[in-house]
Parts: sequence; C-alpha cells; structure tokens
Amino acid sequence: MLAQRSLQQSVRRLAAQQPGRIGITRFAAPAAIATGHAMPQWRQVTTQNVSQDTDILAKQRLHRPVAPHLGIYRPQITWIPSMFNRITGLMLSGPLYLFSMAYLVAPLMGWHLESQSIAAAFGALPVIAKVGVKGLIAWPFTFHSLNGVRHLMWDFALGFKNKTVAQTGWTVVGLSAVTAIALALM
Amino acid sequence: MAALRTSTTRLLQATRVSQPIWRRAFASVEPVGAAGQTTTTANRPVVPESKTSTVKEPVVDKDAKIKSFHIYRWNPDEPTSKPRMQTYTLDLNKTGPMVLDALIRIKNEVDPTLTFRRSCREGICGSCAMNIDGVNTLACLCRIPTDTAKETRIYPLPHTYVVKDLVPDMTLFYKQYRSIKPYLQRDTPPPDGRENRQSQAERRKLDGLYECILCACCSTSCPSYWWNTEEYLGPAVLLQSYRWIADSRDEKTEERKDALNNGMSLYRCHTILNCSRTCPKGLNPALAIAEIKKSMAFS
Repeated sequence: MLAQRSLQQSVRRLAAQQPGRIGITRFAAPAAIATGHAMPQWRQVTTQNVSQDTDILAKQRLHRPVAPHLGIYRPQITWIPSMFNRITGLMLSGPLYLFSMAYLVAPLMGWHLESQSIAAAFGALPVIAKVGVKGLIAWPFTFHSLNGVRHLMWDFALGFKNKTVAQTGWTVVGLSAVTAIALALM
Repeated sequence: MAALRTSTTRLLQATRVSQPIWRRAFASVEPVGAAGQTTTTANRPVVPESKTSTVKEPVVDKDAKIKSFHIYRWNPDEPTSKPRMQTYTLDLNKTGPMVLDALIRIKNEVDPTLTFRRSCREGICGSCAMNIDGVNTLACLCRIPTDTAKETRIYPLPHTYVVKDLVPDMTLFYKQYRSIKPYLQRDTPPPDGRENRQSQAERRKLDGLYECILCACCSTSCPSYWWNTEEYLGPAVLLQSYRWIADSRDEKTEERKDALNNGMSLYRCHTILNCSRTCPKGLNPALAIAEIKKSMAFS
C-alpha cells in the first residue's frame, strides 16, 4: 500500500519535472525518489558546541603579558624629540605657574619676589651658577619654540617625508643647543 | 625538554581524571606547581637572556658565521611564568637572508616550540610583523644584519597582549578597523547605472593609502597608541579612515569625519611620526592623519 503510493507519487513528480526528456535519467530519477535518496538529509547526532571552553580562553587572556614597549624601542629622531617637546613644555609652564602664584601670595607671606630683589640675589651668584641657571631655562625655551615651528608646519600637512622629518629634527636639536648656549652666555 | 616533560605529565593527569578529549585542544590554565600560587599582573618584566640557556646551532662548521638571536618567549601553558629572552645561535651561511628565514630555520631545526605568524614571506600578508632590533617591521622584509658581532633582538609588536611567543593579540586592532566602516558608503546609484566612476586625479589621491596591508607595525610603534590603545584609533586605522574620506565615490565623508571629531579617536595623534618611520611598505600614516586634521580644521 505504502510502496504503491510512493511509486505513484514519484511517477507524477517525474512527469511534472521533466516532461520532454528521455534516456537513462528518466529511470534513474524515479528510482532515486522512490528509495528516498532525493529527500532532504537530516542528522541524528547533534553537533558539538565547540565554544563551551571559552572560559578557559577568557582565563588565559587574564594572564597574558603585555609585550615590552618603551624600554625596547630604538631611540629615534622621531619620538625622542617629541618626548622632550612635552618635557620642555612642562619645564617652562610649571615654573611660570609656580612663580606667578608665589608672586601673588608674596605680600601676604612677606616674601621679596620683586624684580630688584631677584636681580640682586641672582647677581650675587658665582658665574658658573649664573650660566647654569640661565642655560637651564634657555634650553627648554629654545627647544620648545623651535620644535613648535615644526608642529605648526605639520598642522598644514607639510614636511612629512621621513627624510625631511629627520633633517628638521636634527636641525632643531642643533639650533636649540647653539641658541641656548648663546643665551646662557649673554 | 622540560616543557615536553610537563606536557606529558599533564596528558597523563588528564587521562587519569578522564577529561573529555577535546579539552586538550586548548592550552590549559591550571596552575603549574607552586608558580600557580603567585599573583600575576599584565605588565611583567622579561627574564633577560643572561639568565636563560642558549640553544646552539646544531653542527658548527669551521668558517661558520655564527650570529645570536635573542627572542622573546612566553608560553600560555605556563601562564604564571615570566616572559623570557631565549638565545639561539645560527650559522648565517646556512640561513636565508631574511629574519623570517632565521625564525623558520630555528623552528624547523632547533626548537619547534618557537611560535610566530607567517604566511606569504614577501611582505603582502602582514602576518610576520614584529619588533626586530627595536624597530617594528615585517620579518620577511627585514634582512639579517650580517655583522655577527651584533646580536639581534626580536620581540612581539610593542604593547600588545601576547598570545604566545611572537604572536600578538590583534582583536582590538581589527575591532577598531571595523569601527571606521572600511567600505564604500553611497545612497545614490551610479549615474550610468553601472559603475561609480572616478577621474584619474581623484584616483591618484588614493595612492599611498590603499596599499596598506594592516600589519599594525605603525600603530604599535606609536607611544600615544601604547598609552591609549582602547580609545585612540592608531595610525593604521586612521590611514584607512582617510582612504575612505579621500575617496571621491564615498558619500558619507561628513559622517566619517564626525565620528572622528572627539578628543580621543583622532586627536591623540601628537605627530610623533614613529608610524611613517617604521612602515615596512613605505606609506605615510602621519601625513594621512595630518590631512584629516587639516580637513576638519578648515571645513
């Protein structure tokens, strides 16, 4: 009964699908349909969820070290002056803020920070100390100013070739040293 | 050898407690001996090569050119152990010219546990990006310095999380790349109904941008990216961002710029210029970032 019905069905399907064709496929197709080979596959075994061990991976991530960075990167004319640009900026702005605040509270605290007293105190120093103190202020100033020119240039997207960057970088290093020494000896 | 021994003992333990077999597919994080008791932080100092053993060239010739390679090692199977520098010596006469040849030779002939990524060996896949002698580059494009008196040091890409040895975790980098929507965005169909056409001048704007292979050498050379990895996009991703901003066919230029218009995504670039200096493909990410900044300032 069941076999009969399925045979009937397959013959009908065949007639509907390929009305004009002849040859071996005409007989192969109904056989395949009748034996159930053309039916959609279904799997009896459920697939394994591979991601069930993600907690192990997550735990492992907690232990990952960070690769070494600042300590191993080769000192280059790109990032070392950039670092000093920030440091010299702090060396200039920090004392300015500190002195300004000290100057504001000086009358209250009874300090003498007027130009005359500072000039007198500085004049009493030995020559070496004078040149040293001047140099300590002069170099951050010249370096930061000259490097600032480079930054202005970069803001206009100029001078980005590797060679140009190295050239301007070393120029700033040399010029800032020379001008700082000149200012310190003034 | 010690590593082999520990892995066999762990296998034996695994069979004893009858764990499912697929567990072995993943590296275990169970504490190894007493080392498991110590607490770990992400930033651990590296054991210098002077405190680890040296793995020597197998058979040494008379006129061998022996060169030392100090290579960063860290094994996730022993997660609480410190990363260390392992020294290998190779005869340069028997080694290919590139650093990748040396690494492959070490892995094939000396130490099969050494782990690194590599694929094309000709600088187009970007897999073998690493820090060689203090500079980020592709191992396949970097010649071994022939001066045998100088020792070569190889680290993973700086300030990345290490998966194993020289393999960094690039998940965040790829997520950041996805965040800039690296594909053509258009609402209007092309005028002729077939292609989005470009003039030759417009196409020329993309030269020096489309060649990027996303090896992450530039991003991981950037100190600003080291300190702000989570928020700053980094040179490589910004170069790609500019590649789509500069594309004449793209219609979402303003949206792309808006997405970058905050304190972190773009403006953590302080024109340090390590990126352009290190790019193994000779591209200029710093210039691309400057062009984005300029177009945002003058628009």
